[in-house]
Amino acid sequence: MAKSPEEHPQKAFGWAARDPSGTLSPFHFSRRENGDEDVTVKILYCGVCHSDLHSVKNEWGITRYPIVPGHEIVGIVIQLGNNVKKFKMGDRVGVGVLVGSCKTCETCQQDLENYCPSMIFTYNSTSQDGTRTYGGYSDIVVVDQRYVLRIPDNLPSDAAAPLLCAGITVYSPMKYYGMTEPGKHLGVAGLGGLGHVAVKFGKAFGLKVTVISTSPNKEDEAINKLGADSFLVSTNPEKVQAALGTMDYIIDTVSAIHSLAPLLAMLKLNGKLITVGLPDKPLELPIFPLVMGRKLIGGSDIGGIKETQEMLDFCAKHNITADIELIQMDYINTAMKRLSKSDVKYRFVIDVANSLSQ
Amino acid sequence: MAKSPEEEHPTKAFGWAATDPSGALSPFKFSRRATGEKDVRFKVLYCGICHSDLHMVKNEWGSSTYPLVPGHEIVGIVTEVGSKVEKFKVGDKVGVGCMVGACHSCDSCADDLENYCPKIILTYGATYYDGTTTHGGYSDVMIAEERYVVRFPDNLPLDAGAPLLCAGITVYSPLQHFGFTKPGMHIGVVGLGGLGHVAVKFAKAFGVKVTVISTSPSKKKEATEHLGADSFLVSRDPDQMQAAMGTMDGIIDTVSAVHPLFPLIGLLKSHGKLVMVGAPDRPLELPIFPLLMGRKIVAGSCIGGMKETQEMIDFAGKHNITADVEVISIDYVNTAMERLRKADVRYRFVIDIGNTLKAA
Repeated sequence: MAKSPEEHPQKAFGWAARDPSGTLSPFHFSRRENGDEDVTVKILYCGVCHSDLHSVKNEWGITRYPIVPGHEIVGIVIQLGNNVKKFKMGDRVGVGVLVGSCKTCETCQQDLENYCPSMIFTYNSTSQDGTRTYGGYSDIVVVDQRYVLRIPDNLPSDAAAPLLCAGITVYSPMKYYGMTEPGKHLGVAGLGGLGHVAVKFGKAFGLKVTVISTSPNKEDEAINKLGADSFLVSTNPEKVQAALGTMDYIIDTVSAIHSLAPLLAMLKLNGKLITVGLPDKPLELPIFPLVMGRKLIGGSDIGGIKETQEMLDFCAKHNITADIELIQMDYINTAMKRLSKSDVKYRFVIDVANSLSQ
Repeated sequence: MAKSPEEEHPTKAFGWAATDPSGALSPFKFSRRATGEKDVRFKVLYCGICHSDLHMVKNEWGSSTYPLVPGHEIVGIVTEVGSKVEKFKVGDKVGVGCMVGACHSCDSCADDLENYCPKIILTYGATYYDGTTTHGGYSDVMIAEERYVVRFPDNLPLDAGAPLLCAGITVYSPLQHFGFTKPGMHIGVVGLGGLGHVAVKFAKAFGVKVTVISTSPSKKKEATEHLGADSFLVSRDPDQMQAAMGTMDGIIDTVSAVHPLFPLIGLLKSHGKLVMVGAPDRPLELPIFPLLMGRKIVAGSCIGGMKETQEMIDFAGKHNITADVEVISIDYVNTAMERLRKADVRYRFVIDIGNTLKAA
């Protein structure tokens, strides 16, 4: 018989969605006992990722209810397992999208736990003990130390939280696909949670950055606040025409269904279109531009734990954090509605410690 | 007033051309330029029939002008060389492939990748530097700048070697560029036609494991027993495809018809690469989840540069690799085109120009 959410020894409290309406409300559950490899984190902040919205509404068809979302978690260590040496009590730490993997396969051994066939997500997954995982819209979380990140001292906790998913999701492919050569030209398609961090990383790598967006009203911020070099509206044929064959790479953060043809056309010869957004239906891929320009389209999915730490350290060095709107826990349903309309600059972060009350 | 094809240039030439989008080919008198200082002139012995020739004679890509003399898998014997030609002499066995000119000043040309030059001049149906139309290898004589001519090793028969000039380089280039050449790798080849069968031969010569993926179960015996493929998958058989999921490092997809990418992406291991060398005329559906979940790539590739074309011919010579051909007379060319449309050829028609193309 399946265990109830109160199956573990440590009481926990959070907000969960119970059906595909996606509406979140208070939820009592439990966390496992802190094992030898574990760290228990008192959660201070949790970012609201678009994946949380897809998941609470079961848009990918894989949600099991009740679901406590949240995989951009920053908090304080309040318990340490006997084998934990790299953290101490009171450390500021982060937990991202993964809380487990097999640890023995080739990808795990290459520090690519995010490509392990047995990876365990922070929420909506099944742990090794058969129980469900619950995410960061909650007061505490217990995580194997391998999957816990250290938050560098100079990064504020609230604005660092989105780096744990949005940040690594763009940082990993930028490194893997070589989108880091100073002077090269990077296009960033979509200016939301992922896109705005990609602009900041792009500038930190010394790239020329063009934002490609369907919203003309985002231009001023893109250039004057985020530091992009230029901005073009992808539905404006003249602007696209002028940009043909000018970009070395494009990172596509858009999850809505959209046309790949103009993006491919804006790439130079041997250009790379890297897609990190997750549309719920296939996209149309024109083959001629790939063949005629030896171009490629590649995917990327979050990042391994080692490179997530590397990304956080890179952010500390370059003073990069997300641009956030801090909200109270009971604002979450309104925030989700606004997120579905892209009405946020550029990530909501829940002030869990100060607003999650039983 | 524009000159007629016969009067454009000083030396007479004879071939077969299509004169309208019906694509029917018939005898055609025209002319070739005088041998310039960098030119190599050769008597054409054989010319392969590429599927592109069929697309072009029927104007299926919308870019054809008539009259059109197709043919870009051209081999023959050198009869004259220009004063500045250093690599070739009279009597040499040579070939010309898909291109006869480029800008020579862009980055691609500097990297010996003339095939990606924005000003590439194709062997037929294009405009040469002097403003005249280029005519291809369904003809008695061919002339091209030394840079666009490759030498054939003595041990490669010219008839079976001709298709290497397009089909061969089209698969060799991506096998090399995308790193599908490390012994022990597992490479898939989709489609067993002119390109596919040569891809199998090259891949085996590189020492990789090869699986042919095809819609035709009848091709299995040939694939495994004659071409040397290690295994064969019928792409419409879900059980076979399921069993092979996540097993391939790379796939070369030679199919030009519209077809699903989802099962092919599923065949790749994580970090695998699917390379398209056939170009369907409509977009294909790209499922995003599998691309992301395995950090996989879909890429394209188009023929190859001249330096790598020579390298490919030398590799073929070393490993005794040629195409499997059906040699035909020029009079058969229209029937051959009809059969090609139905994929009824194992695996390339080659026109015996030297023995059957005679001016009236």
